[in-house]
Amino acid sequence: MPASRRHSLILLSAWAVLSIVGVLVALNVPMPPGDASSQAAEGTSILRLETVLATPVMIGVLLYVIYTAFVFRARGASAEDGPPQRGDLRLQVAWVGATAVIVFALAGVGITSLANSANATDFTSQNQALGTSGVTPVGSTGGQQLQVQVIAQQWYFTYRYPGYGGAESSHLVLPVNANVVLHITSLDVIHSFWAYELGVKADANPGVDNVTYLATQHTGSFTVRCAELCGIWHGNMFDREGQILSQADFATWVGNLQAGEVQSKLPPYAPVYYPSPRVKGS
Amino acid sequence: MVNETSPIMIPASERRAVIPTNLLTGIVLAVVGFLGGRLLGDIQGLNDDMNTGVILGYVLGTIGFLVGLGFANYPLYRLFGLPVSPRPESDKRNGISRYLSLSLDHKVIGLQYLVTMLVALFFGGVGAMFVRTNLLNPSSPIVTPDKYLTLVGMHSVMMIFVASAAIVGPFGNFLVPLMIGTNRMAFPRLEALSFWLVPPAIVILMAAPLRGGFATGWTGYAPLAIQNTQGFDSYIVGFTLIGLALCVSGINMLTTIICLRAPGMTWTRLPIFVWGVFSASILGCFAAPVLAAALMMQAMDRTLNTTFFVSSNGGSPYLWENLFWFFGHPEVYIFILPAFGVVMEMLPHFARKPLWGYRTAVVGLLGVTLLSWFVWQHHLFVSGIAPILRPFYMLSTEMISIPTGIVFLVAFGTLWRARMRLTVPMLFCLGFLINFLVGGLSGVFLSDVPTDVTLHGSYFSMAHFHYTIVGGEIFAIAGAIYYWFPKMTGRMINQTLGKVHFWWMFVSFNLAFMPLFALGMLNMPRRVSTYNLDLQALNDWVTIWAYALFLSMLFFAAIVIRAWFFSNEKAPADPWEARSIEWQLPNPLPRRNFEKIPTFTGPPYPYGDGEKSGVDLGSLEPAPA
Repeated sequence: MPASRRHSLILLSAWAVLSIVGVLVALNVPMPPGDASSQAAEGTSILRLETVLATPVMIGVLLYVIYTAFVFRARGASAEDGPPQRGDLRLQVAWVGATAVIVFALAGVGITSLANSANATDFTSQNQALGTSGVTPVGSTGGQQLQVQVIAQQWYFTYRYPGYGGAESSHLVLPVNANVVLHITSLDVIHSFWAYELGVKADANPGVDNVTYLATQHTGSFTVRCAELCGIWHGNMFDREGQILSQADFATWVGNLQAGEVQSKLPPYAPVYYPSPRVKGS
Repeated sequence: MVNETSPIMIPASERRAVIPTNLLTGIVLAVVGFLGGRLLGDIQGLNDDMNTGVILGYVLGTIGFLVGLGFANYPLYRLFGLPVSPRPESDKRNGISRYLSLSLDHKVIGLQYLVTMLVALFFGGVGAMFVRTNLLNPSSPIVTPDKYLTLVGMHSVMMIFVASAAIVGPFGNFLVPLMIGTNRMAFPRLEALSFWLVPPAIVILMAAPLRGGFATGWTGYAPLAIQNTQGFDSYIVGFTLIGLALCVSGINMLTTIICLRAPGMTWTRLPIFVWGVFSASILGCFAAPVLAAALMMQAMDRTLNTTFFVSSNGGSPYLWENLFWFFGHPEVYIFILPAFGVVMEMLPHFARKPLWGYRTAVVGLLGVTLLSWFVWQHHLFVSGIAPILRPFYMLSTEMISIPTGIVFLVAFGTLWRARMRLTVPMLFCLGFLINFLVGGLSGVFLSDVPTDVTLHGSYFSMAHFHYTIVGGEIFAIAGAIYYWFPKMTGRMINQTLGKVHFWWMFVSFNLAFMPLFALGMLNMPRRVSTYNLDLQALNDWVTIWAYALFLSMLFFAAIVIRAWFFSNEKAPADPWEARSIEWQLPNPLPRRNFEKIPTFTGPPYPYGDGEKSGVDLGSLEPAPA
């Protein structure tokens, strides 16, 4: 057997074995963000898919570099040159073809996922035309939707429930098995609303109503963080008291919220808010 | 020799009438310019928080510095009909003073660039150490959050300065004329300008903490930027100067590579490093002006009360985001394309094989260059952009893996059945391949919208670009320094110490940056001064290995300085037994590269087929005047 073919066979079989092990490991690593919402679940599964695809590539390159560095290194003080290979057209075409197939397949998965959410989006509606960050068809279910306005400011979030008389809360509380439409906006600079366990992230821009969809699946608590640098207390702009409650508990909670006194310093409700211009110094 | 091209002699009497132009005059005029600018700005009496004065001060200070160095001499002499010297005085001198003054010699500029970039890299690294130290304990930070964010901003912008010019600046300027067989760049004054804009940019950036710092990171998003006081003016002016340097250097490199190739240096014989510089120069030439324009809009928002980025008055923060990333994404390929060039250039010499798939490699580089213009909105997937745009940017971003994959194919083909010499530069090439692969694969995770929703703006994306820039570009730069140091300085860096440096840097880099992917997946956003207590163990691990990485870079600096200044050992002309043209030239390089312009007779990287070298230095063709 020629040396070249022997090396190829060793590499290929080692790669196959290690890749199978690697993929099995990758399948069992817990992936964020979990399954608290259908968006989170979809994000988790695509993240796992990508990890599974990336593992053999990673193993292949590592193996190749280490193997060639050991096997094809010059021994002693030999001044000998390697063979004058200047390329192999078939191999080059095959490589480009293979990477193209992987890339387009992966893009296909992502675009399908987005297209499902695009089908669900009513582009004629003014609010939604600005941006849907959701990844699954929440809007198309036709059921009752819970509208929540997320108002970011330096350095906290406030949540307004327009369907409940504009009640305000400093923690995001949602009912389970509900289709939620989040309207994310800001009073001052750009923030980013990141509800980690819910698999939702969308920027809060002043003067913009950024819409994102969410279908809650399980009760539990979640963390909301700001994910865009927004000034000196950016690192402290988080809230660990987000909750998904059962429908009944949510009804009680929102009833209490409506009954309570509102001591808001926020501007009156509007779809978007504008910062007062030219405020310097934070 | 030198006299052949020496200028029309200027009578001594006329020369004495002129203020001497040198570094000292430059610094004096910079201070005068800065104070004058401050004064002008204050006279205006605008309600602008003194931003006009500071910006004018920085701009006039820079102009004063350049005039003091001697940039205005030639055009002014021409303007007044005085006899001109095509070469500045300093280029006739010898010794260190030549390196401290305006020089039009591409080899001097290359070394000026190298030292400046390493100093800037040190400053940026110190910034990173402060940042990591502050993250040791989330509940008792060492500095206040505003100072912390200033450190983050200083580290990031300084490193962007380094990353954009640390290959094309030192190695591009030094090597491209040698590699294509010419004595000079097409526009030596632009070449000098592209260097001398960098020190003022660094000084201006370093001045930011004196004026309140800036809490915006390197992205400078409005309206947060508008809230920042005069510290942000440093960002505006410093970044603009780097943008100008990139643009000017791009024009110069493109013209040189297109027009000044020696006979026989056809496009398919061009060393792959020159192709890397060429493709990065296309991007620098066309992307940097967008940055400069956008920064001028920021400056006008701050001083003239325009409202380009103020949504309450009809502007839009999206405008800045788009302009910034329209520059910003080609910018990251300005970092990495020359690094691809460096790695693919070094591989054949140490594998003792021709570059495998040379033409495909060129297609790969140019493919990245082309695609990089169509991906910038992947930074804005969650910003609220029109959803209909996202599939396109997702696809275009993922398509970049195809030309990038070609680089790996070419490297693999070159390594196959090689007679690999595992020298220090070669180790850095192999380290580059592994690190950049991690960076590239993590990029695929970020390019996919459903996963980007979780990973965007987290430590995951921070780890991703540090793997590509530190693990990729900085490793390529370290390899390039080891490889070309004997030609650039005439000294050899100790190989054993170099190997210690490589393993130290490779291990500590990976141990420091790999956990950042996990931190991002565990809900840690970027640029935070505090974080969840349960992430402290992982963060402390990162900090400790970041210290180890910093120490490895100090060790690197020590062995470079030792070899350069404290070693009597002269390097042979061709220590690597490489067969490309720069190694066929004597050490030290003659001031005029080629007495006779060489003729290229064969493809690059002539290994294995008995050819000694693809270049004929003893050509009879006379050098053009």
